[in-house]
Amino acid sequence: MKDLGNTALLQVAGLSKYYGTRIGCEAVSFDLWPGEVLGIVGESGSGKSTLLSCLAGHLTPDQGRVLYNGRDTVTMSEAERRVLGRTDWAFVHQNARDGLRMGVSAGGNVGERLMAVGARNYGAIRGSAIDWLGRVEIDADRIDDRPRQFSGGMQQRLQIARNLVTGPRLVFMDEPTGGLDVSVQARLLDLLRGLVRDMGLSVILVTHDLAVARLLADRLMVMQAGRVIEQGLTDQVLDDPQAPYTQLLVSSVLQV
Amino acid sequence: MTDQAYNFAYLDEATKRMIRRALLKGIAVPGYQVPFASREMPMPYGWGTGGVQVTAACLTPEDTLKVIDQGADDTTNAVSIRKFFERTGGVKTTTHTAEASLIQTRHRIPEEPLRADQILVYQVPIPEPLRFLEPRESETRKMHSLEEYGLMHVKLYEDIARHGEISTAYAYPVKVEGRYVMDPSPIPKFDNPKLGGSPAIQLFGAGREQRIYALPPFTQVVSLDFEDHPFMASKADHDCDLCGCSTSYLDEVITDDRGGRMFVCSDTDFCEARRAQGHRGRLSPEEAV
Ligand SMILES: Nc1ncnc2c1ncn2[C@@H]1O[C@H](COP(=O)(O)OP(=O)(O)OP(=O)(O)O)[C@@H](O)[C@H]1O
Ligand SMILES: [Mg+2]
Ligand SMILES: [Zn+2]
Repeated sequence: MKDLGNTALLQVAGLSKYYGTRIGCEAVSFDLWPGEVLGIVGESGSGKSTLLSCLAGHLTPDQGRVLYNGRDTVTMSEAERRVLGRTDWAFVHQNARDGLRMGVSAGGNVGERLMAVGARNYGAIRGSAIDWLGRVEIDADRIDDRPRQFSGGMQQRLQIARNLVTGPRLVFMDEPTGGLDVSVQARLLDLLRGLVRDMGLSVILVTHDLAVARLLADRLMVMQAGRVIEQGLTDQVLDDPQAPYTQLLVSSVLQV
Repeated sequence: MTDQAYNFAYLDEATKRMIRRALLKGIAVPGYQVPFASREMPMPYGWGTGGVQVTAACLTPEDTLKVIDQGADDTTNAVSIRKFFERTGGVKTTTHTAEASLIQTRHRIPEEPLRADQILVYQVPIPEPLRFLEPRESETRKMHSLEEYGLMHVKLYEDIARHGEISTAYAYPVKVEGRYVMDPSPIPKFDNPKLGGSPAIQLFGAGREQRIYALPPFTQVVSLDFEDHPFMASKADHDCDLCGCSTSYLDEVITDDRGGRMFVCSDTDFCEARRAQGHRGRLSPEEAV
């Protein structure tokens, strides 16, 4: 069993975001513990990405509070939030193109966060890049290639390396395996599971793939129409869903 | 003679005041790009309309103007700009660095050290040093305001990864007073050390991009680099073939179609002055005795 520490890393209370009159997400509350992987599942349009963007500071919520390590990330200055964004936090986009610099070599992509926090030794930066490419199973001799020359799965692994190189504590992931072949997905999931365990990462993982959720998440939140309608340990939610909507969601997956 | 159809130095006084306000702001915040309402000038953008507007706003009837284009005073561009201000301002012009009170330049800083009573105006094509890797203007502005300059080093990293060394030879990025990262305009990196600690005022004007920035006298200017790939102000490893100077920035000139070539000072005024003082280079004509 994981040692979850005794204070929550992230405390979310009453979080709402509206697009005009449309609900993005509404009244979301939860705690995330150090080393915990929280899955957010729900059908398309249920508010998963909106919630994740509010948590990561890419969107400003209309109501509610987000405390990271006790600090209010909604009211802190943009400068502080961006510092968190390149040190303690990481964000893995569904589309690797959104999370990579396509015009920059793999090594430059991995090194960017290091340079952003002040690394000024080329040899050391390159050393870290090689190390991280290895950890995401990309050959060191691809270090000077552009991401364009990589397959979809490699691009996604590169995005992960680029995000984890500075040793973040909290990783936001929006459909990290979406759009990939099933076999490529499986390999990426294995890799992610290993990294999460080895680095003791806390993760908020958005997915509508319940198989992905079962493999990675300790706990699940089920969203419908912007609201959290059920949450609990992953096995509990998937094996014994309480809400009718969750029952439908689970059964529809079983039918596939 | 001054052409009476125009206000002194072409621009109307209100426009000059607007440009001077931007210049003062630029001098107060060294390296910061100040937006300004660039005017149409009777010349193409490539001719340095930003520099021309800054010059027009700084010029007084007592000034002596020099215009440099890639080190030379006699290119079409330099001659036209000089003529423009002779006609619209009636100011004296010169090709001698020491005689000029205001120097407008493209691509070079004079070899001769500048003085406190001189102003150097640079023509700038692309003022944004982060543009290369981040095309979004809203984002680069934010990066400047939050001092997020990691991306500048990504560019240098890419250089080394691809060429084994920092291959950026022109418009080499600098950090000003430990705060703003600045594009010094496409001067060779050889000139970068002259940006810092200069007694002269240095003003930068980008016409098409509508930005002005400045270095007040004796500003600290540091060229970005890595610990293990330090900045080096390099030049061709030769002496000037005309004046023998071993420390000036050189242009390589093809002399015939059989591969003949020579190296000469890019700063023509500097080279001529040395020759007038009797300095000789490898290809100097024999003395007529
Ligand atoms: N930029 C936007 N402007 C207006 N409405 C939006 C915007 N982004 C999302 N919405 C709306 O907010 C609701 C939640 O959308 P969101 O993208 O968060 O859902 P999701 O669960 O991530 O869906 P998917 O699984 O398709 O990615 C939807 O009704 C959506 O139409
Ligand atoms: Mg989404
Ligand atoms: Zn010479």
